[in-house]
Amino acid sequence: MSASPFPFGPIPEVAGRIVVVAGDDIDTDRIIPARFLKCVTFEGLAEGAFADDRLELAGSHPFDRPEHQGATILVVNRNFGCGSSREHAPQALMRWGIRAVVGESFAEIFFGNCLALGIPCLSADHATILALQQQALADPAACFLLDLASAEIRGQAPAAGLEPAQRWDLSMAAGPQQMLLSGQWNATGQLLSHEEELQRTAARLPYLATFALG
Amino acid sequence: MGIGGTVSAGTLYDKVWDLHRVAELPGGSTQLFIGLHLIHEVTSPQAFAALKELGLGVRHPERTVATVDHIVPTTSQARPFADPLAEEMLATLERNCAEHGITLHALGSGRQGIVHVIAPELGLSQPGMTIACGDSHTSTHGAFGAIAFGIGTSQVRDVLASQSLAMNKLKVRRILVEGTLQPGVFAKDLILHVIRSLGVKGGVGFAYEFAGSCIESLSMEERMTLCNMAIEGGARCGYVNPDATTFAYIKGRPFAPEGAAWDRAVTWWSALASGPDARFDDEVRFEAATIPPTITWGITPGQGIGVDEAVPTPEQMPAEERPIAEEAYHYMGLAPGAPILGLPVDVCFIGSCTNGRLSDLRAAAAVALGRHVAPGIKAFVVPGSEQVAALAEAEGLDTLFEKAGFEWREPGCSMCLAMNPDRLEGRQISASSSNRNFKGRQGSASGRTLLMSPAMVAAAAVTGQVSDVRELLESHPVAGSASAEPRPVAISPSPLP
Ligand code: SF4
Repeated sequence: MSASPFPFGPIPEVAGRIVVVAGDDIDTDRIIPARFLKCVTFEGLAEGAFADDRLELAGSHPFDRPEHQGATILVVNRNFGCGSSREHAPQALMRWGIRAVVGESFAEIFFGNCLALGIPCLSADHATILALQQQALADPAACFLLDLASAEIRGQAPAAGLEPAQRWDLSMAAGPQQMLLSGQWNATGQLLSHEEELQRTAARLPYLATFALG
Repeated sequence: MGIGGTVSAGTLYDKVWDLHRVAELPGGSTQLFIGLHLIHEVTSPQAFAALKELGLGVRHPERTVATVDHIVPTTSQARPFADPLAEEMLATLERNCAEHGITLHALGSGRQGIVHVIAPELGLSQPGMTIACGDSHTSTHGAFGAIAFGIGTSQVRDVLASQSLAMNKLKVRRILVEGTLQPGVFAKDLILHVIRSLGVKGGVGFAYEFAGSCIESLSMEERMTLCNMAIEGGARCGYVNPDATTFAYIKGRPFAPEGAAWDRAVTWWSALASGPDARFDDEVRFEAATIPPTITWGITPGQGIGVDEAVPTPEQMPAEERPIAEEAYHYMGLAPGAPILGLPVDVCFIGSCTNGRLSDLRAAAAVALGRHVAPGIKAFVVPGSEQVAALAEAEGLDTLFEKAGFEWREPGCSMCLAMNPDRLEGRQISASSSNRNFKGRQGSASGRTLLMSPAMVAAAAVTGQVSDVRELLESHPVAGSASAEPRPVAISPSPLP
């Protein structure tokens, strides 16, 4: 299990090894089955990550394979994190050690939940993801550097079979990218800084003023 | 308008968005005011804990409404619950609500139930509101012409602290449905058909506006079923423009405006509907009459087929859908090209925020009446709320179901996601009126789910296999009487704090 601290402050990069969980439409019920939702804190969620898939694969799931322990970058395919809005899903991944996710596309709520935890989700086209996945599978010990400002992931020397210069282009919407780079991904403080505007908005909503609840 | 809340032009989505816009945030998102915040026991405890860590309070406790639904047992709801974890979750919610002055519609209050069932029936969900809840099926409340969406736990914390959220504006796709649904075809079939056609990712980045003559003729409960599953099509919210049906549903409910305030509300609500000047980013059209009873055969809500169709073969689908289809054949134990009709089922579940309302129970009861659950089948009915249960019992649906061999349970989410003791075992197949057929969703890692309308679930229960409800209804002239919109029963008055 990774010893990296939970994300904090500006996140310019994520370094580390890659773990690949392949397949389209991997929903949050699979990332963390509902029985693990019975908790009042997020501690201890790591064991729930992909729990049923891991059970089914009896030790051969990427999250169980010894060579992937300590990996920090998860590489997935299309529509990752669809389904339930549970933040337990990115929490479980984060507590297992994941600090960034790269994939073809992400479900919107999942993307937002990751952002709120300081976990960047970057996208790339099918061919790029496939190439990256093959590279990582061919050499699970290879280290990579995900550079958020330039939205790319690079191979880091020294690693067998990996040119240090090898790089793959990724993309991320400018807004979330800036939030992560500047450390403003934790929204609460920003939202609270608009006191006057909040009051003004509330005052113009008829259901708060002229026909308030019961 | 004269009452504030000047309404701009465009789609309902645009208008509601503009009204609730607080500020533009660095990073390009918009701070949006949240009109109604619904909370429950699963996604709120960590949010309250985070609030405490930050030394913050709840900004608008009077705009925050709580209930307990996901973990409640449906056999005995006596406290403490047999499951200590479930008990701890409810106790934590009770403590948090008490501490922050939030109304909790508790077990036995007459108002408890699935969060997406109770907010509408209490009159809390209203047109023009922004509604958020730490639950993806919050899209349900879009049926009222609200912009309603699911959020994660960090966002629950943000709404508690600031009554607002950082959001990005969605595009709007208008889904026009014209004509009339055939007898035996319901809103559930319609939305399964839409998702089947547009795909589970088709709605990503969009809000779905449901419009057209078919949608206009739907009851509020049917519109809720429709909007409930917008999220299964990838659309974070779905909505229907408010109209006379909407207003008639809200009128007289506990939190509805009254007297002069009612008239002001109706004027404002009416102005919110998408106008003739509304521009949509996309538009698709369906003919209601061509939609069959629809059922899922696979492991995503988009893997749906007409009940008389066969499981599609890889050749019949686009290349990118084949891998997940292969996974589905394997998991479901179904062969490509096999008919779905006649597939034996083990468990039949009627309930959930998709189909746990009175009209759903009536539709299922119409099929169950005078018939009996097939041998070896476990069939149970879980009303969506205490109020639904009371209404159903008042018209004798509980005894009707019990006579037909169904179990009649206490309200809650139940086997929709099986966080309570109701769950599949091993590879059991369920016919389910819920909204998700993901692997393991109903409590067994290898359990299988077929999504369908409540009437279709009842048909499966009495025949022991996937059946075409139209045939059962044809041979059953008693059915089809109950179409009126259910009215609220007298609920024990429990005024706001
Ligand atoms: S009924 Fe199912 S989908 Fe609806 S809120 Fe409960 S668990 Fe979620």
